[in-house]
Formats: sequence, structure tokens, C-alpha cells
Amino acid sequence: MRYRDWNGASTGQKLAAFAGLAFMHFPVLVIILYAFTTEDRTYEFPPPGLTLHWFEVAFAREDIWAALKLSLTVAAAATALALFLGTLAAFALVRSRFFGKDALTLLFILPIALPGIITGIALLSAIKLANLAPGFWTIVAGHATFCIVIVYNNVIARLRRLPKTWVEASMDLGADGVQTFRHVVLPQIATALLAGGMLAFALSFDEIIVTLFTAGHEKTLPIWFFNELFRPRERPITNVVAVVVIAVTLVPILLAYYLTRPKE
Amino acid sequence: MASAAAAIEPGARALGRGLSTFFYRRSTFYLLLLLLPPLLWLGMVYLGSLFALLLQSFYAIDEFTATVVPKLTLETYRQLITHPANVDIILRTLAMAIAVTLACAVIAFPIANYMARYASPRMKAFFYVGVMLPMWTSYLVKVYAWRLILAKQGILNWGLTAVGLDGVLETALTTPVIGGPSLASSYLGMFIVFVYMWLPFMILPLAAALERVPQSLIQASADLGARPRQTFWGVVLPLALPGLAAGSVFTFSLTLGDYIIPSVVGAPGYFIGMMVYQQQGTAGNIPLAAAFSVVPIVLIAIYLMLAKRMGAFDAL
Repeated sequence: MRYRDWNGASTGQKLAAFAGLAFMHFPVLVIILYAFTTEDRTYEFPPPGLTLHWFEVAFAREDIWAALKLSLTVAAAATALALFLGTLAAFALVRSRFFGKDALTLLFILPIALPGIITGIALLSAIKLANLAPGFWTIVAGHATFCIVIVYNNVIARLRRLPKTWVEASMDLGADGVQTFRHVVLPQIATALLAGGMLAFALSFDEIIVTLFTAGHEKTLPIWFFNELFRPRERPITNVVAVVVIAVTLVPILLAYYLTRPKE
Repeated sequence: MASAAAAIEPGARALGRGLSTFFYRRSTFYLLLLLLPPLLWLGMVYLGSLFALLLQSFYAIDEFTATVVPKLTLETYRQLITHPANVDIILRTLAMAIAVTLACAVIAFPIANYMARYASPRMKAFFYVGVMLPMWTSYLVKVYAWRLILAKQGILNWGLTAVGLDGVLETALTTPVIGGPSLASSYLGMFIVFVYMWLPFMILPLAAALERVPQSLIQASADLGARPRQTFWGVVLPLALPGLAAGSVFTFSLTLGDYIIPSVVGAPGYFIGMMVYQQQGTAGNIPLAAAFSVVPIVLIAIYLMLAKRMGAFDAL
């Protein structure tokens, strides 16, 4: 009995762990089920019947397509910007030692360490003070700011595992910086870049907290969704959009996990 | 044509190698060149914005014209801390953040403990993916899902009635502070949603800390005659404390700043985040919104200082 603690988990411990995991997946499964319900006014459970009708209705909606298109464009632009800035930051900080490096690292992490509302209201204050009009580019700027750290973390983790001697060997053998980057460094960090980019894309695609402050009159898909939460006249369509959002964000995240998982 | 290219080629290559050597030798210059774009971006866009926020909080709104007067004053902060309604909002948010953090710690522990210390490698991978998937699932969709679950005719009510526990829910909802007309419009419902939303942020750092607890210490504890319970309180928990502290930074800070959950699920009382959102929007009082958003920054700074003492940052 006494050794149980390191021999294996008790049934109770196992049960608690699996129950916790089930609890975490339960709401997502509920949403997927509700997208097929025939009932369109209340949240009645169990659903009286199942149908694919709402997918057809949502598919024909222009406003949803417009919001989806805007969200995808914003995510692509924010990801591109974050990839560029995050990668540069990772290359700069990976092996260097200098005064103020810790403060700099903190600066990169700050946008996700502080609650999103602070980033949102701060950007809005700046936009107001600078007399700018909120719109597409202010959304992108907000998203890029907190996506940088995602790319940075992925790339710097990979760079730390890349032996410095490889770069030195390449240079000794006559390659210049561009060639060394192209043939030695890039193949090593490619999957980290891809993974970081995909996570950034997924994060930007469903961001709402900062976006509500910086969007002005633009309507990204999460903003469309958020408005529907308070005007629940089109519940079945909202349910369908929820399932679409889950699908769009899940694919890049699973791919990113697959690309960065430790090899055994 | 070909000979011209050949003639240029060595020149270009020499230039490339020259530049490479230059950058290699002058590593400070190279470093600056790399750092400049991200530093400019974060320095100007982000820190600049934070500075603008701070600046706005020292402005005040003119009562008569309802416009922001760009003159430094402490009036907005005075309004923030002397107005009883504002103090209530701050205390309510703080209480919720603490309750959510404690509940997350209690619920996350068995999950993190199992996945970090008992699960086989395959099972461990399964748990990691299982925790990360809901964490990365769209935030709004999850909030919306909880609205469906907590609604009066929703799945939770149905399930509780089916197993004959609807009386328990009745009792909880008639309890003064946490209750309400339905779970979807009560502090209890909001609390459940908050705990659900931030649970993965507690599990992952906690599991990382538990994974680093050496088996030998646990065996030694058992050899020296400690019961599993004693080993847990005396050995495992103290060593997991940094992970617990790191996770609690997330749950605490995320609850303090959230404004979507209290407005979608929950009771009529305001929270800091809702106040920030409303003051900048319909009320048009950016100075008060800015002053309100300084509150979580201060609270988080205090919390971080406490967490640092517990060694939270060794587990990140």
C-alpha cells in the first residue's frame, strides 16, 4: 500500500483525471450537436430532431462570407508580420548576452502576459491620440503584436537546439551568410516557422477581446459571432458558424502540434 | 552574356562573403540590425500604446461638454477610488479572480498529477493533446457553448433532472450571493464558465512542474515511512508549488481582464473589463476606461511579485 504512490495511480486518481478531461471536451461536443438540431428558438435538450438544413442556410449568407473573408485576410497579414518580426527577434536573442536582455524578453512576452483588454484599450487610446481611423490595419497591428511572441517562442526553441558549429562549419567551407541561412539554418527551423505561423494564424482568426477595440466598423467573424450572442434571433446559423470556426482553428493547431512534437 | 555573368559572379560572391565576415566580426552591429524591426514595432506600437493609455488615465472628461480635456489631472483616479460603485466593481472582480484561481488549482491537480507522473508515454501524449485542444478551441465558441449548457431548458438542467439532482441546483440558485434566476444569469454560472475556460492554463504549467519531481525523493519518503498522504503534502506539493504559482498567474490575470464572459453569462453586477469596454464605448469616457484598466495591471504586478517569491518563473 505504502508504495502505491510511485507504482501507479489509484483508480480514484485515474477516474478524476479522465473525468476532468471529459469535462474539458464536453462543451465542444455540445456545440457540434446543436448545429444539427431542428429546433430554432430555445436551447432545448435533447434536440427534438437532427437536420443539415442550417448549414445550407448559413452557406447562402453574404454577411457571413464577408466576415469570414475579412478574418482570413487579417489573420494572413498578422501572421506574415509576426513571422517576420518574431523570427528576427529569435535570431537576435538566441545566443547573445547583453545588458537589458531580460527586459527585452519581457517586452516580447508582455502582450500575452497582460490581459487582452489592456492591449485593446491601449491601442485604442493610441489610435484616438494619433487621430487615426480604426479599420483593417489597426486590427492587423493589434493581432501582430500578440502573435510575435508565438512565433518567437517556436523559433527560439528550435534555434537553441541547432548547434552553433554547423553555422561555423558552413562559413568555413566558403558559404556566405545567405547561403548558410538558405541551406543550413532554414531547413532546420522550417517546421518551427510553419508551426509558429499556424498557431499565430489560429490565434488571430478567432481573437475577439483586442479586436472589439481596434476594429472600428469592420466586422470580423468573431465580431459577427459576438453580436449574435446578444441578438439571438438566428441561433441555428450561429451554431453552424461555431462549428466552422472550430474546424478552421483546429486544423492548424493539430498540424502545429504534429510538426513540433518531440521525436522519440 | 555568359562571360559577363561569370565576370560579375566572383565579384558578387566576394561581396557576399565580405559582408558575412563583416557581420560575423561586428556581431553587435548584426544584432542591432536584427533587433531593430521587432524593437521598433513593440516599442512604438505596443509600449507607445501603453503609454498613451497611461496618459489618458491622467486626463479627465468635462462634465458639461462630455469631451476629454487633455490636461494632466488626478480627477479620474479620484473618481475611481472614491465612487462606491467603482470600488464594488474592483472588489467583485478581485473576489471572482481569487475564487476561480483556487478552483482551477483544485480541479487541475488530479489531471496534471496523473498525466505527469503516472501516465504511460502514449497516454501522456493523449492527455497533452486532450488538454491543448479545448484550450485552443475558439474562445467565443466555448463561451457560447456554455450559454447553451447553462440555459433554463439546457443540457445541464436536463441532466440534473434526469438523475434527480435538480433540487440541489434549486438550492444553489436561491442562495443569496451566488444564485440568480437561472445558472446562465448567476455568479455561480459565471464562475463555472471562468473555471472551465482557464483550466488548461493551470494544468499545463502544473504538469510541467510535477514532471520534474524526482521519483527518488518520493521513494525516499516512502522508505522513511511516510504514508502516501504525507508524501503528497510534504514532498510533492512543495515541489509543485512553482507550477501552481505559474498557472495561477494565468488564471488570475485572465479573469481580471475578461469582459466577454461576464457580459454573456452572468449576473447584473459589473466587472472591471465590462466597465472598461462600456466606458470607452457607449459612455465615451476614455480617461475612466483607462484608469479602470490600470487596476488589473497594478493587481497583476502585485500578484507577480508574490508569485516570483514562490518561484513561479522557474516553471514557465
